[in-house]
Amino acid sequence: MLEGYVQIAIFFAVVLAVVKPLGIYMAKVFRGERLFLTPVLGPIERGAYKVLRVRPAEEGQDWKQYAKSLVVFSLLFWILLYLTLRTQGLDPWNPQGFHSAPWDVSFNTTSSFITNTNWQYYGGEVTLSYFAQMFGLAVQNFVSAAVGIAVLVALIRGIAARSGSSLGNFWQDLVRILLYLLLPISIIGALVLASQGVIQNLSDYSVIHTLTGGTQVLGQGPVASQEAIKMLGTNGGGFFNVNSAYPFENPSGFTNVVEMFLILCIPASLTYTYGRMVGSQRQGWAIFSAMAVLLIAGTVVAYVAEQHGTPAQHLAGLHTHAMDGSAGGNMEGKEQRFGIASSAVFTAVTTATSTGAVNNAFESLTGIGGAVPFANLGFSEVIFGGVGSGLYSMLLYAILAVFIGGLMVGRTPEYLGKKIGAREIKLVALGVLVTPLTVLLSSGLASATRAGTRSLYAGFNPQGFSETLYAYLSQANNNGSAWAGYTGFLQPHGPGNVGAYGISFADLLGGLVLIGARFLPILFVLAVAGAMAGKNVSPAGLGTMRTDNPTFVFLLLGIIILVGALTFFPAILLGPVVQGLSARLF
Amino acid sequence: MRGLGKELRTGLIAVVAMTIVLGLAYPLVVTGISQVLFSGAANGSKVSFDGRVVGSRLIGQEFKGKAYFHSRPSATEYSGDATFFANVGPNSVEGREEVRENLAAFIRENKPWDKSLTKEDVPVDAVTNSASGVDPQISEADARIQAHRIAAVRGLPLDEVEALIDGAVEGRGLGVFGEPGVNVLELNIALEEKAPLG
Repeated sequence: MLEGYVQIAIFFAVVLAVVKPLGIYMAKVFRGERLFLTPVLGPIERGAYKVLRVRPAEEGQDWKQYAKSLVVFSLLFWILLYLTLRTQGLDPWNPQGFHSAPWDVSFNTTSSFITNTNWQYYGGEVTLSYFAQMFGLAVQNFVSAAVGIAVLVALIRGIAARSGSSLGNFWQDLVRILLYLLLPISIIGALVLASQGVIQNLSDYSVIHTLTGGTQVLGQGPVASQEAIKMLGTNGGGFFNVNSAYPFENPSGFTNVVEMFLILCIPASLTYTYGRMVGSQRQGWAIFSAMAVLLIAGTVVAYVAEQHGTPAQHLAGLHTHAMDGSAGGNMEGKEQRFGIASSAVFTAVTTATSTGAVNNAFESLTGIGGAVPFANLGFSEVIFGGVGSGLYSMLLYAILAVFIGGLMVGRTPEYLGKKIGAREIKLVALGVLVTPLTVLLSSGLASATRAGTRSLYAGFNPQGFSETLYAYLSQANNNGSAWAGYTGFLQPHGPGNVGAYGISFADLLGGLVLIGARFLPILFVLAVAGAMAGKNVSPAGLGTMRTDNPTFVFLLLGIIILVGALTFFPAILLGPVVQGLSARLF
Repeated sequence: MRGLGKELRTGLIAVVAMTIVLGLAYPLVVTGISQVLFSGAANGSKVSFDGRVVGSRLIGQEFKGKAYFHSRPSATEYSGDATFFANVGPNSVEGREEVRENLAAFIRENKPWDKSLTKEDVPVDAVTNSASGVDPQISEADARIQAHRIAAVRGLPLDEVEALIDGAVEGRGLGVFGEPGVNVLELNIALEEKAPLG
């Protein structure tokens, strides 16, 4: 396992190395400062403001105006994406002649991509035209990510504000995030991936006459361009159904590490950006440390558990130990080029962040290995989390930790010199609880109703319960990975996808969960930002509880684990943990 | 303070402009550059034998019969246009049966030429479903077991088959990331070049 730990350690070290430079760069992007790309992109940026008819310098927005712009923007894009998916038969670049998926599946897919989730009830290569992938989904991979980052920036401005109530201008944030951050990195990332074998074309599917005289049809498409932003924006929606396990999306151990880097680079570096924007790097590193502890713990647990193999394999007489020429472990649902280590670290990274791309089959994970994605989602995606959304959720937890710490020592809670009052703590509590509550209600409903259990693949056993619980955990946390047996769309593989139909209950409940658990927390976060912005800063004194030292990191970890465990531990026991602790089969 | 009408207008313009830039310009520019700079890789890393394209280096194929190295088990019949996971759970009875059958079949296929082969020697990847259904690789351990059968059937010395395997090993990314594996299609092509079947 030494080689495995070495590659995991090197990967995390590389991510750590970019935290500072990328963090500084992003602070400049958010502050509207001049960048090395400004000579090239500056005219485009100014042109964009002219076309959009906004004057960012004069049009600072309070939290309600910021929220209004965000909601209008997202709603309009929801409508456009839904129409794009519904009219697929009329669109160009549709070599397979696919018809639109049913309305309920389109509702789910649209809600999923608008919310940076990319939960997929459909298989891309058997459902969507190249046009729908590019013009519909790839655009969302950019803008939903930019919206998440914009909300974070607004919250940071609220926390850091010295006077006034302006949180910045939503349109300016959107334009600068897309233009200076997401687009340039995506272009580089896409070209690196394309050079390594990730396909990028608009050709028809290729019909191959194989070496031994068989026929194999290879799906084609503009994959690399989608793959880069899918990772960078922590979106995770695969061009192909098996996502980053498919060699045309992720052809080698090298592309695998590139893709994991694209996932983590922005969420990790945002902690540095945060420290810079509130004027204390230690604040950023404190948050980073809390996140890193949880991510590394999850990675190690997944690696050890997957290396062990499964009860089904052992009872079949298979030896899952390492030997000369094979690393052993639970290779069911995994690819040889990734092996156990690169599959385990990908699993931890994609679920700790709200990405949800997978390079192995989660439904085939061992019980305890499978508990890692459950736990990461159960912590509400604060372990680096989605771009922007991870840190804004984490900051809610930080305020909660300050509040609880304040209660324990009997002082008025303050965060970065701002007093936390009743209104703030109410909003924070709502923001923290709305996602877990959505998960428990929806997965309970789906488990208890006949309509809900139609989606099951594994049946009425712990594995089937895992499928249902994970489906709603994933959608509510805007992750998008799946225990993939769970389905909301049945496709009989007719030409042009004729005869496919959706399971309306799963599609609609999922769609509502997606939207609710994305936009309600965003509104609470913006409200917190607005409330914080108007507060005066009191100078730190001897009695101030520090939020930049190991004690606070420990307190913050405790709060996160406590909230997550109290909410989900009983449910997770019934699914993966039962499987991990038992050698029984069912 | 901007009214809702103004926000809607700005929103509409933003939606249209961003869709054109991010949904058309970006993927088409990346396609153009990739087609010029990396046309082989961007079009599926196809490999040829005997003057015709026989597959993609990256996509596994089904190989039957004793004379070819076999790929890993696939839940999708090695489909390249309709992929899905096998979704075999860790505690599933079907999973145990599947592994049991695959294990027995693997030993049945190889034991006649590798007398000392036991269950303990069989690497996990040889009897479990890959994730993609088209894993292009098998482990070295798997290939070295199959080498005995191939050598006998093709009438080659074992060390020549072993040398072909060495030539088809793909190492870790940058020497560090992932696991090494043997590319089955390239190995079988090399085999056909070395000792063609009848």
